[in-house]
Amino acid sequence: MKQGSSVALKVMAGAGFVFLYAPIIALIVYSFNESKLVTVWGGWSLKWYVELFRNEQIMSAAWVSLKIAFISATMASILGTLAGFVLSRMRKFAGKAMLTGWVTAPLVMPEVITGLSLLLLFVSLESMFGWPAGRGVTTIVIAHTTFCLAYVAVVVQSRLASLDETLEEAAMDLGAKPTSLFFLITLPLIAPAIISGWLLSFTLSLDDLVIASFVSGPGNSTLPMVIFSKVRLGVTPEVNALATLMIVTVSIAVIAAIVIMHRQNRFKDANK
Amino acid sequence: MSAFPNTSTVQTQSVPTWRQKDAKPFVQIEQITKQFGQFTAVNSVSLDIYRNELFCLLGGSGSGKSTLLRMLAGFEEPTSGRILIDGVDMTGIPPWERPVNMMFQSYALFPHLSVEANVAFGLKREGLKSAEVNKRVAEILGMVQLGHLAKRKPHMLSGGQRQRVALARSLVKRPKLLLLDEPLGALDKKLREETQFELMRLQDELGITFIVVTHDQEEAMTLATRIGVMNNGDIVQTAEPHEVYEYPQNRFVAEFIGNVNLFDGTVIDDERDTTSMRSADIDGLLQVDHGISCAPNQDVSVAIRPEKIRISREPIDLEVNATTGVISDVAYMGSQSIFKVRLNSGKEIRITQPNVSREMGNRLTWEDRVFLSWDADSCVVLVA
Repeated sequence: MKQGSSVALKVMAGAGFVFLYAPIIALIVYSFNESKLVTVWGGWSLKWYVELFRNEQIMSAAWVSLKIAFISATMASILGTLAGFVLSRMRKFAGKAMLTGWVTAPLVMPEVITGLSLLLLFVSLESMFGWPAGRGVTTIVIAHTTFCLAYVAVVVQSRLASLDETLEEAAMDLGAKPTSLFFLITLPLIAPAIISGWLLSFTLSLDDLVIASFVSGPGNSTLPMVIFSKVRLGVTPEVNALATLMIVTVSIAVIAAIVIMHRQNRFKDANK
Repeated sequence: MSAFPNTSTVQTQSVPTWRQKDAKPFVQIEQITKQFGQFTAVNSVSLDIYRNELFCLLGGSGSGKSTLLRMLAGFEEPTSGRILIDGVDMTGIPPWERPVNMMFQSYALFPHLSVEANVAFGLKREGLKSAEVNKRVAEILGMVQLGHLAKRKPHMLSGGQRQRVALARSLVKRPKLLLLDEPLGALDKKLREETQFELMRLQDELGITFIVVTHDQEEAMTLATRIGVMNNGDIVQTAEPHEVYEYPQNRFVAEFIGNVNLFDGTVIDDERDTTSMRSADIDGLLQVDHGISCAPNQDVSVAIRPEKIRISREPIDLEVNATTGVISDVAYMGSQSIFKVRLNSGKEIRITQPNVSREMGNRLTWEDRVFLSWDADSCVVLVA
């Protein structure tokens, strides 16, 4: 009986994984396809990777995307850490619940709405103050920072909530003023959360298509936007190669985030 | 249930400071009250603690002892009242400017720093030169016998080692006053006993005033120069360990510290050198060898410790402080035996007797009819 149920469990788990990952594996395999036709297998080759790196449109879009992801992740980490700090450490104040709601709203907001509302904001700002002049990298960075901030805030807040407050009291007791307390004790202890928040933000920004489409301007297409427009004209094997590289990048970032979060758990038992 | 160690600390001075009339207190707690919303955690407590004391705040959970300690450290501001340390008013002084260090119950070691860096943390905040810091860290780690573990991180240490790191970290700044929150709570029994004596040795060597919070009465008895017993936010008695045990001021202290038998009685005769009471609990009269100055017919409790009652099969011819009963339970504990005796009134009392002989043959046992008696100066009358 027990034997049977465990076999059934394994079969179900296997089916789940196949369902999730078979398309991705197919894509990776086809990125090494010799043939010019996406759906016909013509033997192994690295030809499309070479083509990819020769394609200037894709390479410049990739550069734009990486730049945007790096800047937005960094800004989101700084602002998100501050927000997480306020949410977990401030004594109850009027509107705290509302602030919590506001900070985390982008997590559940449909991207179309976030994108559209930001577009309207940028357009009216430009007509009123002349800034931001046109739409491009700046507006995408602002948009990505806004929704990535929410992820960082949530991760940092939960880390702070599980942090033993007597550690901070001990530091104060030993003569640490609030500033040195923050940089010497609190920041190192929540650093893993901030780093994994940064990595999450980086991948989210790299992946985003919808919001970027709303707030970008001509000549500033991000990588997902370029891929999407190419696919509409018919998939080339080059896109498979590009997708494979993106999957690898994103996987590395996500795995690093998980590993870092795990390592911090080891410290938690230190005072038990 | 265990044997009660009544070994109070050996005093080096002939007359302890707190008994000298004109001694200047080192820590003055004046009418301190702390309220959390509607709840009063500490209720108008006043307390003087003298230099080089090892003062224990003893009480159950929720008695307010930890809140009082946190106000001394500066983590909580009193609702009213003030604290003076070495004559300086601590009101409004933040924790990082107080001449006080604290050893936390959880130890609160910084998990990302090595043992060495944990201990050095406080010294570096003072802006000492690194040579001086290293010297003092090495010195204090030697003192707690942890020199060989200086490079380890806290999660690689055992509980006892972490406790010693926490102690070293709180002592290294040479504070005027060290606060210890349940310092031995997380250690096992054997380690706890060793560490108790270690703490007393360090306190004696360094000449720092200690205030220890504990719920463990044995710990308080062993460590303290004086004990402040707390209950519901009040200090109900402040006295030396043997006084708290032998002369409890009220029922709470009598029952909280050690084991005690309480008889309910009514005063029938109150004179200068003797007080007599009638009690439904025992056969004869109760008598103590001093007057208690109370209203006639006042209801009181008489407390007597289990080891101060004589127990025998031989009839005794006494009219006061004597009664009879039947042994209902016996517990052999090695060094002593505990007897539970059901009196004629139905009340059950506890008696401990040292096992002075190895002979088992003639021991008192279940269902023996026994005669009990005690001296008039062995019991305490409690009016509160």
